[in-house]
Amino acid sequence: MNATAIEKICTAFPGIACREGLKCVEMTVQPEKLEETLSKLKLYPELNFGLLVDITGIDYKEYPIKQDCRFYVVYTLRNWHDNMLVQVRVPVNDPEVGVPTCSHLWNSANWGEREVYDQYGINFIGHPDLRRILNHWQFTGHPLRKDYDICNRQICSDTYSMESEIKARLLKKGVDESTMQDINTEIMFLNLGPSHPATHGAIRIFTALDGETILANVNEIGYLHRGFEKTAENRTYNQVVPLTDRLNYCSAMMNNIAYVKAVESWLGIEITERCKFMRVVLSEFFRVQDHLVCIAANLVDMGGLTNYWYLYNEKESSYDLISRLTGARLTSSFTRIGGMYRDFYEGWESDMEFQLKAIEKGVSDSLALVLKNRIVHDRTQGTCVLPADKALSYGFTGPCLRASGVPFDLRKDNPYYNYDAFDFNIPVGSAGDIYDRIMVRFEEIFESIKIIRQAMKFIPDGPVFVENHKAVLPPKQQVYGNIEGLANHFKLIFEGIKAPVGEWYDSYEAANGELGFHFVSDGSGKPYKLKVRPPCFYIMGGFHEMVEGEMIADAVINLGSINIIGGELDR
Amino acid sequence: MALGLEAALGESVITTKLDEVVNWGRQYSLWPMVFGTACCAIEFMSAAASQHDISRFGAEVVRFSPRQADLMLVCGTVSYKQAPILKRIYDQMPEPKWVVAMGACASSGGIYDNYSTVQGIHNIIPVDVYISGCPPRPEAVLDALIKIQELIQTESVLVDRHKEYKGILD
Repeated sequence: MNATAIEKICTAFPGIACREGLKCVEMTVQPEKLEETLSKLKLYPELNFGLLVDITGIDYKEYPIKQDCRFYVVYTLRNWHDNMLVQVRVPVNDPEVGVPTCSHLWNSANWGEREVYDQYGINFIGHPDLRRILNHWQFTGHPLRKDYDICNRQICSDTYSMESEIKARLLKKGVDESTMQDINTEIMFLNLGPSHPATHGAIRIFTALDGETILANVNEIGYLHRGFEKTAENRTYNQVVPLTDRLNYCSAMMNNIAYVKAVESWLGIEITERCKFMRVVLSEFFRVQDHLVCIAANLVDMGGLTNYWYLYNEKESSYDLISRLTGARLTSSFTRIGGMYRDFYEGWESDMEFQLKAIEKGVSDSLALVLKNRIVHDRTQGTCVLPADKALSYGFTGPCLRASGVPFDLRKDNPYYNYDAFDFNIPVGSAGDIYDRIMVRFEEIFESIKIIRQAMKFIPDGPVFVENHKAVLPPKQQVYGNIEGLANHFKLIFEGIKAPVGEWYDSYEAANGELGFHFVSDGSGKPYKLKVRPPCFYIMGGFHEMVEGEMIADAVINLGSINIIGGELDR
Repeated sequence: MALGLEAALGESVITTKLDEVVNWGRQYSLWPMVFGTACCAIEFMSAAASQHDISRFGAEVVRFSPRQADLMLVCGTVSYKQAPILKRIYDQMPEPKWVVAMGACASSGGIYDNYSTVQGIHNIIPVDVYISGCPPRPEAVLDALIKIQELIQTESVLVDRHKEYKGILD
């Protein structure tokens, strides 16, 4: 974040309260000024906030500091080019009336606003399709409101039909009832999922077909909504770590690291150098794992089963190293605020090097099968294209955005953990088709291996924990040996780490894109509110844009290429 | 030494009970329907991949069509939104059918004791074997499979299974 951001915004918006938050500018706007402010932020060339990162609501009902409104809506915007982040806060006097929509400015707002409506019951005036997204259609009430009991379970007896949504979408694409009745263009509705081998989890893809061509598509998510955010409000900061494992479970440790990084940034904890290197090594190792699973599953969808063995076997053998280090194969829970669960074991370097070589071989074998394979080229090149401007508008980040030609990567554009000192490239696609998305991931595997090798070379000795017993558990000798150690231990376990009162957003480049956490702290040991910004959610929001006009079989491999992980998508 | 009918027919014929022969066939040719929703499905992928190789137990023909399967593996969290789908797919499977609840979420809701998560799939469909773990290791999946095979051995082809079951969606 450069220092000029706050000046730029203050001069552009005289009369609006701006203040500097944690690596971002916070501004509070009244609802009637919202539309003007947001469009100015997006369209002014020197501001150019092209990426709507996330929208969330906040319920201040039980907040110790009195606010002038119970509900607020917060928009997080990013100018990736100049590394500027702004949060626009809007008070909501009456949630039934709500605030004006911004879905005409950014396409990503469509799903973002639906989520706020679903979870907080805040209306968005002018939203094209405001209905529930994560919870089922028979649900009443809004779970993230503070007066909603966490154990108030509601049974869903039937699935939602989505017929009116697909018809509305068809109409938007210029296919009306009279065309549908014409026998020559009879439209077939086809439903893929939520339990279907092609959906890689539980997503419902509803299509209207003309022959095998998709005329219109609407999607339903939320089948794996397991209440992450509400559960997190009832746990101490360290107890949330195991929950983060289960966001993107293909690269569990990246979520662990992203989460503790976000908490540490607010607490002002500067972790040790060894810990930084350790997190870089493990982040990149898990990025490789994530891409291996993604590409393997994607190529299986295309019929290339051999690739699955080449790629998945390397993931399987990586579990040896991971379980030796963390004690678990998939869900590692390996980080703690202020450090790691423990240091590397003795001899990890040779295990890692052995594994990296095996991965290089597996990936090269797979590449030998696909790189000059005419069938792969014909099926993937030029299909399901998403140009850069649309990708940005839908809030794409990570490999999918880079495949569309936008070289945005937080490791380069907002570096943390010494990433600016490593020598690596950001692979970028040219067309934004399925081929680019697969190849960007292949290239990222090699770049990540490069980073791991550099980090292994320069990793310093030293402790992995900071010496701050307000945040980190003291060593056992102190707990058993003196009263101060015992008191620290007791307080940390029972009350949790006391985060200062405030709000902050911190993000991290996960395997699928920008993984962000928006916290509100009331000064206690538990987060007052914790919102995840999952990369998958916004990528899935643009799915229909990619597949309309393509064949049904392309939709299947397109879903594989954008790597939708249910845990992260639905939380 | 053979007795009775077997003695008269020689070594070309073996007599047995209907239950024995049908169950013998059933237990070594289970066709799983993987109802994969979350993290556990990734560990099921490992159980199916070459290192653990579920085909050693005759259950490698993974069907995603419930009409062709007789073993349902519920791998992952089932939310209230997902529950009617789980029930519908279970109902579509032909008899006889067996159900494995893989992992803490499917067995009990796991760490998700909240508004959206079904507290164990036994509320929706009858379960035969539970696997603990979050997620369980692939060996545990194989262990559950062997338990199902042992269970099949004890059953009679003349008795309908779980006829009296009533879940929250019935």
